[in-house]
Amino acid sequence: MSNATGKSHPQLAAVFNQDEPRVDWHDETLWWIRQKRDVQAHKLPEWELLRETASQIKNNVLSNLSTYLEQFEANAINNGVIVHWAADAKEHNQIVHQLLQERGINRMVKSKSMLTEECHLNEYLKEQGIDVIDSDLGERIVQLANEPPSHIVLPCIHKKKEEIGDIFHEHLGSAKGESDPKILTETARQHLREVFLTRRAALTGVNFAIAETGEFVICTNEGNADMGAHLAEIHIASMGIEKIIPERKHLGVFLRLLTRSATGQPITTYSSHYKKPQEGTAIHIIIVDNGRSIQLGREDFRNSLKCIRCGACMNTCPVYRKSGGHSYHTAVAGPIGSILAPNLDMKKYADLPFASTLCGSCSNVCPVKIDIHDQLYKWRQVIVKEGYSPASKTIAMKAMAFTLSSPGLYRSGGKMGRLVFKYAPFAVNNGLNPWYKHREMPKAPEESFGEWYSKRKEGKQ
Amino acid sequence: MKVALFVPCYVDQFYPKAAIATLELLEKLGVEVHYPKNQTCCGQPMANSGYEHLTAGCNSLFVDNFSGYDYIVCPSGSCTLHIKEHLHSPEKEEQAVDIRKRVYELTEFLIDVLQVKELKSHFPYKVGLHQSCHGLRGLRISQMSELVAPAFSKPAQLLDMVQGLELVPLSRQDDCCGFGGTFCVVEEAVSSKMGKDRVEDHIEHGAQYITSADLSCLMHMEGILRRQKSDVKVIHVAEILNHSHE
Amino acid sequence: MSREKILAAVKKNQFTSTALPDLEILSALTATSDNLVQQYTGVASAGGCFVYEVNDLEAIKDILRKEFKPGVKIISGIQGLDEYTYASNVMQESSHSFADAELTILASNLGVAENGALWLTENQMNIRILPFISQHLAVVIGKDAFVPTMAQAYAQIGNADYGYGAFISGPSKTADIEQSLVIGAHGPRSLSVFILI
Repeated sequence: MSNATGKSHPQLAAVFNQDEPRVDWHDETLWWIRQKRDVQAHKLPEWELLRETASQIKNNVLSNLSTYLEQFEANAINNGVIVHWAADAKEHNQIVHQLLQERGINRMVKSKSMLTEECHLNEYLKEQGIDVIDSDLGERIVQLANEPPSHIVLPCIHKKKEEIGDIFHEHLGSAKGESDPKILTETARQHLREVFLTRRAALTGVNFAIAETGEFVICTNEGNADMGAHLAEIHIASMGIEKIIPERKHLGVFLRLLTRSATGQPITTYSSHYKKPQEGTAIHIIIVDNGRSIQLGREDFRNSLKCIRCGACMNTCPVYRKSGGHSYHTAVAGPIGSILAPNLDMKKYADLPFASTLCGSCSNVCPVKIDIHDQLYKWRQVIVKEGYSPASKTIAMKAMAFTLSSPGLYRSGGKMGRLVFKYAPFAVNNGLNPWYKHREMPKAPEESFGEWYSKRKEGKQ
Repeated sequence: MKVALFVPCYVDQFYPKAAIATLELLEKLGVEVHYPKNQTCCGQPMANSGYEHLTAGCNSLFVDNFSGYDYIVCPSGSCTLHIKEHLHSPEKEEQAVDIRKRVYELTEFLIDVLQVKELKSHFPYKVGLHQSCHGLRGLRISQMSELVAPAFSKPAQLLDMVQGLELVPLSRQDDCCGFGGTFCVVEEAVSSKMGKDRVEDHIEHGAQYITSADLSCLMHMEGILRRQKSDVKVIHVAEILNHSHE
Repeated sequence: MSREKILAAVKKNQFTSTALPDLEILSALTATSDNLVQQYTGVASAGGCFVYEVNDLEAIKDILRKEFKPGVKIISGIQGLDEYTYASNVMQESSHSFADAELTILASNLGVAENGALWLTENQMNIRILPFISQHLAVVIGKDAFVPTMAQAYAQIGNADYGYGAFISGPSKTADIEQSLVIGAHGPRSLSVFILI
């Protein structure tokens, strides 16, 4: 979702933090999922080897991507699948629209695809008079609430069941005040079943696209991708160029890592392998670039394209947990989003690489070993060099660098600072000092270590 | 062996006791410690804010101050990590590379180089150990909870040698405290919340002191504790290990 | 044309090729002679499946008679379970016509112990929508059809040429509402697994 309010992560996070009990609830929920992931990972003594293997497979993919893409396309076509290429989001959306228009279709059911979020497909189609219904329960909820998903795997993790009950009461006719997840899910099941049975077109994402065979795999717990695809005349599958894996047997690595990392389940309910269209129906794959080939050319950041969209980095990130996905004002939020987004629009997303303490937890839960926190550090250097850092910050940093390169200046500056703290605490203990909002300033000691050491040395002499 | 003491800038100015404790502890363990008096800062505050290109002056000064020692010991995980990963000096690159190999955070120096097996220190209190992120995931001075790998902790190993000290368990053993350099002011709301939650974990488990190998984390948590008018205090690992030590 | 533009951009930005890793180590590490049926049963049950060990197809019919009301539409993909509508006989009907199926029973030849997943191809499903649109699903599998992990599963699948296939590890489910697990999202409300011993 584009940042309609023009607000940055710190501003949005501050708003999110106004409701502390809600922050605690959001934080604890996501931490619980991180713990479930830990339990699953610890059941496999070979877990770290799995991660390393997956990482190497993806490194190989990225270093041979053009070959694999051509191989995938040739095999898919051989299977009777039609393949389209979209250079950017707009072209992707236009292709989808055209495919529907050709068939006189104006209603479509969609299963989860973060790529289509990135492309703002739903909004585009709506403008063309096409009704799109998201069939993943979490996505349907945020769709009805007119919000973007806040998490790539758990779209409405930010919503409480009472709020969902209200949404369903307003749009789906459930009883007022009903918040029992079982009853709400049943309501959604009935509503969406009718949708599945009446839509001639279904659009899905792609979890993995196999170059060797031309097939692609979709993983869901709900079965919504399959319900939509198998009942439709046309199944459109949208994928980013980086979704390729070389051989079918590599699924034996990725399918062991994906869901354990994402939700702490050993595997999703359904891991569906689509190879050929059902008789009398069509499968169309749209292969999308939208900035990925540019990212591929950035030596420091190309590893971000290894991402298999598991969301583990979001679940573990303390900043994400305590600020919520919407604070990142981009389709894919959290740590991975913060290293992908600046490639798309450095100015708009200049705040994201700074929305981190560089704690490194993300890099260590990433199933494909993306060096996320190192890339966050590197993006900061790029953003400052490209001029997207506030001028005041640059001035302060230059002053700091100047002072710290000179021992004399450093010592007198430090002494001055301590004197200010001691004799004019109001200079720093005020509302203008952001540190002071929730924290006391450190106490200023009588002497620095340097001064103490000098005295000791003199004493010895 | 010739050991140089690298004192982080904010430790020098605001928490000299931790540096003093580091020096005294090393001397008690028989180490000849030098303090290069013209040292200033490792450059991390600027580098982490995206201004690594401004750190040439700091780097050059660092190389000048710390060349020619067998080891450089620092009571800070984050500063040690920064030097290890980012110290470069175009005219003195060979020396810079050499320094990067020789710089150690205090607890890893005590365990890995001095191979300390016992301490004569005494600290009869309940202590919560905060595993600072750079020391933990950067320097690997303890095992992080994200990995499926054997557990270990160099700071905990040392604290176990201290008489009377009781390490309290925590609900989240390695969640970040939220300091993060300029993050603490740029993202003030999230930073304070993160610090508040960390502190609460320690308080809930009965800690009287919170300790860490990193004073930046402790400075941040101390700010929150004092605002809450809590009795819980922060103390650097060096001060505990040096406490009442002959 | 976008295709050429994209491929050219990708080719330009690629870098030195790195080799694919050897998967044999992982395969060897995970091969085990432990009781796979037991492990499968534990994991599948934890995932919401009803797992039964049965001697023959008659035993399955007995159980189904208890669990399902007479007269409901039951489709069977297994010839020996002839009490029910035989799937190959109705394959020509539209997918939509199975919207009122109460139970579908299919056969599987491959089960994965580590995660409770059962592999079914289009041939075993007969109609792709069947194992999804049916209110309940049952799968029959032999006790020797289990492998330890997905690594061995894909070794067994090899380069089989199916039009569609799926690993199914339980009833459909969701936890999208406040992480509360609800069984029975859009697919079947239950998965019963009959292991022929």
